[in-house]
Parts: sequence; C-alpha cells; structure tokens
Amino acid sequence: MQTLVAYVENKPGVLNRVSSLARRLAINIDSLTVGPTENEAVARMTIVAHTDERGAHRLEASLEKLVDVLLAENISTRALLERDLALIKVSADQQNRPHLMELIKVFRARVVDVAPESLIIEVSGTVDKIDGLLEVLRPFGVLEMARTGRISMTRGGDLLQPPAAPAESPEKVEAK
Amino acid sequence: MKLTGAEILCESLSRLGVRDLFGYPGGAILPVYDALGKSKLHHVLVRHEQGATHMADGYARASGGVGVAMATSGPGATNMVTGIATAMLDSSPVVCITGQVSSKVLGSDAFQEIDITGITMPITKHNVVVTKAEDIARTIREAFLIASSGRPGPVLVDITKDAQQASAEFNWEASAPKLPPKRIRNNHDQAEFDRAVEMLNTAKRPIILAGHGIMVSGAMRAFEQFVRAGNYPVAMTLLGIGCFPANEPLNLGMMGMHGEAWVNNAIQEADLLIAVGMRFDDRVTGDLRTYAKSARKIHIEIDRAEINKNVKVDAALVGDAREVLERLTPHIETRDHGVWIRHITELKGDSAVRDIQSLPDSGHLYAAHVINDLWKETRGEAIIVTDVGQHQMWEAQYYHHNQPRTLITSGGLGTMGFALPAAIGAKFAKPDSEVWVVVGDGGFQMTMSELATIVQEKINIKIAIINNGFLGMVRQWQEFFYDKRYVATPLVAPDFAALANAFGIRGERITKRAEVLPTIRSARESAETVLIDFRVEQEDSVYPMVAAGASLSDMIRRPNNPLVETATEP
Repeated sequence: MQTLVAYVENKPGVLNRVSSLARRLAINIDSLTVGPTENEAVARMTIVAHTDERGAHRLEASLEKLVDVLLAENISTRALLERDLALIKVSADQQNRPHLMELIKVFRARVVDVAPESLIIEVSGTVDKIDGLLEVLRPFGVLEMARTGRISMTRGGDLLQPPAAPAESPEKVEAK
Repeated sequence: MKLTGAEILCESLSRLGVRDLFGYPGGAILPVYDALGKSKLHHVLVRHEQGATHMADGYARASGGVGVAMATSGPGATNMVTGIATAMLDSSPVVCITGQVSSKVLGSDAFQEIDITGITMPITKHNVVVTKAEDIARTIREAFLIASSGRPGPVLVDITKDAQQASAEFNWEASAPKLPPKRIRNNHDQAEFDRAVEMLNTAKRPIILAGHGIMVSGAMRAFEQFVRAGNYPVAMTLLGIGCFPANEPLNLGMMGMHGEAWVNNAIQEADLLIAVGMRFDDRVTGDLRTYAKSARKIHIEIDRAEINKNVKVDAALVGDAREVLERLTPHIETRDHGVWIRHITELKGDSAVRDIQSLPDSGHLYAAHVINDLWKETRGEAIIVTDVGQHQMWEAQYYHHNQPRTLITSGGLGTMGFALPAAIGAKFAKPDSEVWVVVGDGGFQMTMSELATIVQEKINIKIAIINNGFLGMVRQWQEFFYDKRYVATPLVAPDFAALANAFGIRGERITKRAEVLPTIRSARESAETVLIDFRVEQEDSVYPMVAAGASLSDMIRRPNNPLVETATEP
C-alpha cells in the first residue's frame, strides 16, 4: 500500500482526471479523499493505492504531468500522521447496551445517535484502530457503516505545501 | 475591441502563428467557419476528421511547431480520436478544436452532442471545455503552450456554440496564459549527474540509444557534439531516425524488433547504454529479462514518469535533452572506443550478403528495391511519410535519412491510414520540400479519400504504394507464428492507378525492377501529385525480426538463399 498526497486545482473534472489516470495505469485505489485547503482554489487529496514503490513513482510522476495537479508526492516512507473517520450503526438493545458503551469507551469512540434498536458510533483514528473497533462490534450486528478513507500528513517540519501562483506562464511556441 | 468568440478564436490562431489548419465543418462549429472565411487563415477541407488530425500531426512533425485540426461536435469530434491518440503516443504537438452544442443544452443528449473531453481524457495531454467567449483567447494560448512545452502532446479545446456566437472584449495582452502553478522540481541531483559522468568515462563498450526526444528538444547539434566527444556508436529508435545523419560512420541504424542484427547484438553486448529521449518501448527492448544484461544504463529523459518504467536505470538525468547533453559533454574524458567499434563492424558480418539488394534481378520486384531506389534517386533528401507495417520497416532500413524531421511515421500507436493525410500536413508545413508517401495497399485504403483533398488544394506530393496484395506485416506474423494460416490478410484492392485517374491524379503501375528508377524520376519531374502502384513480391518478410516478447539476441534472419519467390504475374 502506498500513500500519495496531491494538491490539485479545485474545479470540476479534476477528480475524474486523477482517478482515470490510476485506472489507466491499472493501479487499484484503496481510498481517495479530497477536501478544500486554506486556499479555496486548491484542493488536497490523499490517495492510498494498492501498488509497489515503482507503481507509486509512476503514479506520482504521471499525476504531476496533469495540468491541474500542482504537486504530487509519495509520502509512504516518511513519518506520517494518518486519520480515517467512520460512522458505524450497530444494533443495540437494553441488554447489550452497557457492554457496547464499555467498548466504545476503550476505543475512545463516541455515540452520536441513539435509537431504541441501534446506536451510531463515531470513531476516528488510524485504519488499524477503526478495523479493531469494527472487529469487536461485529458480534452485536453492524447495520451500516460509512468511512471517509484516509487523510495523511507528514509530521513536524516536513511540510508539503502547494506552490504559489506565478505571475504569468512564459509563452513560447517556436519551431525547433 | 468587441469580437465574437469565433472571431476571437481566428484572431488568436493568427497571432499564434497559424497559417494553415485542417478541418471539416458542421453545425456546432459553423460560427467559427463563418469567421474563418473572413480571416487570413487557410483552411484545408479534409474528407474525414481522422485525416484532419493526421494532417495537423504531420504538419507539427515536419515543422516542429503546433498543428491545428478542427471539427464539429459529435461524430466530427469522435472521428478525431484515432488521430489524437496517434499524436499522444508520439508526443506530437497538435491542438484540436471542436464545436460543442450550446452550454444551455450541455448534458441533454442534444443533436450531435457527445462528451468529447470525457472521451479524449486519456489520449490528450490536456483538454478543456470553453463555454464563454471571453475565455477563448486565453484557453487557446494555454492549449498551444501545453501542446508544445515539456514533453509535447495533443490538446483538445471544445468550444460551445454559444461561446462562439457571444461577443466579448478582445484584449490579447490581458489574455496571457495563466496555467496552474506547478512545483519546480530539481530534475536530478549532482550525485546522479556525477554517477552518469563516471559511467561515461569508465565504459568500454558504450552505445547510445537515440530517440525522438532529441528532435523534440532541438538537440541535434548538442547531440552531435556529445557523440563526437565520446566517440559513441549510435543506435536509433524508429522515431529517432534523422536525429543523427545516417551517413555518419558512428550511426549504426535502427534498433529493436526489425533493427539491424548488428545493432541489436551491439546493444546486448554493450556495457553502457546511454538512452537519450527514448522510452524503452517493448518494440525496442524485446524481453526485458534478457535485455542488455551486462550494461549499466543512463537515461536522459524529460518525462519523470518514463524513468524506470520498463528498464531500471543506474542514472536518470531528468530534463530537456539539449540542456542535459550540453552539460554532460564537457565532462567526457574517454573517447577511445576503437576496439569496440571495430567489433561492431565485425558484427555486421554476413548481413550484406543476406541483404536483398545483393540479389541479382530475378524478374521479381521487392519492396526493398523500391525504397532503396527512392533513397538513391532523392539522395536521401525527401521528407518520407510512411504508414504502418512492412513497408514502414523497410523504409526505416533502406531509406537513409541525414536530416531531422524527414521521416514522419506513426510509431507508438502504429496507426494504419496515417501516411497520406500526414503527408498532406507535412507538405503544408514544408511547401518547398519534396514529400513522398510510402504506404501499403492496406493502410492506403483506410484514408485514400484524402486524394480528393490533394486535388482540391492543388498540392504536389508523390505516393508510392507498396502493393503486395496482403496485410503484409500481419501475414508475416501468420507465416512465422500461425503456421501460414493467412486468415483475413489477403486483400483485394482497386486498380490504384485508375483510382488516381478518377481523382484527377496521374497514376502508374510498376511490376519490374528496371522500371522503378525511371518511374520515380519521371514522377519527381512532375509538378503535380503522382501515384505509383508498385506491385511487389507478395510474401516477402521483414528481416531481421525479434518475435514479440523474445530476447533481442534471438533474431529471425533472412534465409541465406534461395529466396522464396511467390509473386503472381500481373
């Protein structure tokens, strides 16, 4: 599994170009998240892909060839912080509810919706942590689940920032 | 100054230096055609939009500038797909302009509406829909910039009809390209560069693999200086032909599937490959597991995505070929490769004896004879535009190009039907050059309707059809790998000379070796287009051949003798 971060133009069709590129390279995407950045013209993607280092290099370099991609970087080998968020609707009756609450506490998850027959649990953390919670919830009956997919950031002073806008692109169209 | 979107488009094209463009009108692009009529641009009416894209491609490849093709929405746009993909695979700067239905009905399946930007996304370098007149000038300038910069490629601009019709303020200065800001990457670090220099100066058996990138970068001079500084033998890819003069003793010829045996053997024996502006295509490497096992590899390439894609290299110098070569040359200290070069000369061995040119005239006509005679008669100075198949490989083997951009051929995509329209484009780019089409009887029948374009435009190109009555390259594969089961390769063709006459073009038919030179000579003397139908040996094959996926060392060689001769008497 390889993790890439990309800064892209925040406009229609860019997600399609990125995902279509992965398809063309026959790279399966495990998760792809997009969200705005502090600059509204720029969006940030975290792409988690089923591929090796070589495939990740190809994906990274090919992504950077797209006009709308400002920067793409394979950060798999760097010190990372990663977060996934899940909403899990689990069936809960009067009897098993206390036991459930106990587990939720252990995982530092929280209950965000309560109904007579079910609960919705919100949990965030690494993929492993969420998978772990899911594992223990399964015997209660997981009715529905939504996950955001992973977002990643390199730790500390290792900054990954979008390039600043240049004044103008140099125009040169001359025969060689 | 207020102009309509259509007028802005025409004015922008003129200001970008466009003289000729190739296209086909229709409903959704009509406002542009109306404006074209009032502009100084010369529009070439094609007979099929695929032809327009190949013409723009041929124009780009012959000139080194950007070629422009135009079509209407829907089928007009989808007909361009093959030409766009051809340009993409060979990194050719083509700008395609398509009309689109009005922005108000976009997505409603209106008449002749198709999502052409969706369709062409993986086969363009970039594409864009324009829905506002005020965006046209900037978008077209950006399209030209994207198409021609870095690793070039096709760009498609889809302009809605209402954007063509609406009026907007036209201000050239204010519509300068504004592309998204890109991170500036360090192409390669000093350590990588030093490693490459160390490899260059310690190699005993170096060989250069010269590709299309040398031409694209305009690096011919820098390349020549590099070659001379290191006294390196040069092998060329198909699209690299012309980057270094064929009459230079250091030029070995073409490598790969139908490369000369000594070239492939030299690559397999080399201890250093210096790849310049090429991408280790499978037609060049054969089986990767056995490819140049004893060689270290330096890759000079502008596209980072090509590094280590097929062949793992020891030093990757990412950047423009000319810049990298100019930096490298002063560091070359070792140039004594005499022993190695003498060895390569020895590798040529029996090739000359096997060469079909050495055969006495047996009354049969071989394609190689035609191409060899064409080369001799034009002194290697013509622009040759080939199609795809056997004739293409024979051209690469027997026509010796000394100048860049004189061989125009579809390499990566291998598009049959490319030659005739691409030659028309090349002629518009280089009106004073002699342009020859070398094409098979199969590929010619794919786009031969463009003969009418030639007549309508009154241009002078020469067409040599290498007619063997087969889809020859496929037949050759069937002969070698499918036990001679010739399924769907025998090919009926019209009488090409009579067909040419029907278009108003002089046509000739040649069946004998002795007639080749005089006919070529007389065609060259004509100020008009001439088509020559060369009826060649039906079941001749291109040698040597490395079977797909086989090792480069494992070549099928031309049988010594006697040659199997199967020509049917006309």
